Amino acid sequence: MSDSFTAKIWVLGDDIDTDIILPTEYLAMKTVQDMKPYAFSPLRPELAEKIKPGDMIVAGKNFGCGSSREQAPEVVKALGVSCVVAKSYARIFFRNAINNGLLLIENQDLYDEVKEGDVATVTPGKSIEVNGKTYEIASLPDNLMDILNAGGLVQAMRKKNGLD
Amino acid sequence: MGMTMAEKIIAAAAGVESTRAGDIETVTLDRLMSNDGTTHLTIDMYNNLKNPHIEDVSKLVWIIDHNIPADSPKTAASHKKMRNFAKEHGIKFYEGEGVCHQIMMENHVRPGELIFGADSHTCAYGALGAFGTGVGCTDYLYAMVTGTSWLLVPETIRFNLKGKLREGVYARDLILTIIGRISANGANYKAMEFVGEGMAGLSMADRISICNLCVEAGAKTALMEVDDVAMAYLKEHGREPKHIFKSDEDAVFSQVYDIDLSEINPIVAKPHFVDNIVDASECQDVKIDEAFLGSCNNGRIEDLRVGASVIKGKHVADGVRFLVVPASRAVYNQALKEGILDTFMEAGAMVMNPNCSVCWGACQGVIGEGETLISTGTRNFKGRAGHKDSFVYLASAATVTASAITGKITTADKVI
Repeated sequence: MSDSFTAKIWVLGDDIDTDIILPTEYLAMKTVQDMKPYAFSPLRPELAEKIKPGDMIVAGKNFGCGSSREQAPEVVKALGVSCVVAKSYARIFFRNAINNGLLLIENQDLYDEVKEGDVATVTPGKSIEVNGKTYEIASLPDNLMDILNAGGLVQAMRKKNGLD
Repeated sequence: MGMTMAEKIIAAAAGVESTRAGDIETVTLDRLMSNDGTTHLTIDMYNNLKNPHIEDVSKLVWIIDHNIPADSPKTAASHKKMRNFAKEHGIKFYEGEGVCHQIMMENHVRPGELIFGADSHTCAYGALGAFGTGVGCTDYLYAMVTGTSWLLVPETIRFNLKGKLREGVYARDLILTIIGRISANGANYKAMEFVGEGMAGLSMADRISICNLCVEAGAKTALMEVDDVAMAYLKEHGREPKHIFKSDEDAVFSQVYDIDLSEINPIVAKPHFVDNIVDASECQDVKIDEAFLGSCNNGRIEDLRVGASVIKGKHVADGVRFLVVPASRAVYNQALKEGILDTFMEAGAMVMNPNCSVCWGACQGVIGEGETLISTGTRNFKGRAGHKDSFVYLASAATVTASAITGKITTADKVI
């Protein structure tokens, strides 16, 4: 997790809610792969197709507000999004994302200073570099890093209990 | 230094003397609620475990409410999976009995408990002094298997209520006003605690409505002190408190708001955010296609009585669908007894079985492109009630019913 990676930025706004991330009508689909084309569809129907594995999402405040549907972070992860950087996250989404191994980074400045298509170099727990500027980012608490590094809560639970 | 209610409940659940906002505690859960929104996913994950195990099955409550009765082969299959699993493992199971949070309040929640619900509006349980919080299905699975979870102890925002709501103003107007004031993430990660002399004038229905909507300000939980009103409700439903907690005099609150209930007006939350509030009087020309009276927020007998009193002897406007959905079988039966359902049916409303209905935009009554819904539901996000290019306004039972009569957003004083 501490290795750096580069990622192309997609920019979304404030209060991106879980009905935007994945509308209710697609929740009962059998697999998260089936849901992928509909991610963010109420806001930007073209986005799911354009996001390539490794890309990152940058957003404003309160990302993931709304329902407890876990399909929301799952579908973002399934699109191959390497991380989300937002000013803040709604708490249920935050837990769900960590539990599914989706890296979330909190930063107050990035959203106001980058544009879509910019490429960032992300070093988890340390910094994000973009357009020649370095943004320091905090590390998550150890218990959350353990979950992320295992690839999610279920994997962490299996690892902890010596099941793998 | 004293502790808040939230800190006390978490400390008790963690088996520690004291805890502080910002600490992370490992807690033992008292109850675990899950509904048909995500339980099928939990079961899939459970079945993939190498040593599947349920720590204490007596704590689990599973409720089919979101899409009941099933509206497609897909949901029928998901329900069947949930029904069979519940039966096989002896899990307390409800189907078609009502919206999950109403069922929990009527039958399970006890003051002092720490409850996980795989649904964001689990914070409703604070109306009985319980710490309810919404989680996803992975957190739910972990708690189901281990009996425990971890919690970041939240800071608490305290709301001191004084005075009384005026005639024609409801708890829903109050909580929408508060969310508008502190914003959709104003209580993110925090507990919202409601106290003060103004509480005495609020019924259990009012209190559930207030706590239920706190997640729309981002809150982790909502909490109210257990008083005579709460004790009477518990007694009526045959339960005793687990423990009654109150915040200490010297507890630390991150913010304190004083709210004078007499200053609250009828409110509408405009599309597409719950904190996008205006006085209902400012929206009176907005034409509607559908009105919805129901949900875990506003489908109790008290809300139906308000709606019935507004519409009695009148009729739903031409071209408007008016859905009335009691929040539980108990509410439905009571409304039957009081003649309230007759009133709605005679007025041209559609009375449905207890379920989540159009509030979650999948069960029934979804709206089409360009259409407008006025709703007592929980959310008005873009696309929440159907087509991505449709519009949801949130308001009280009185305003929703009055709007169904005129076909445009209308406060009840204009039709009575």
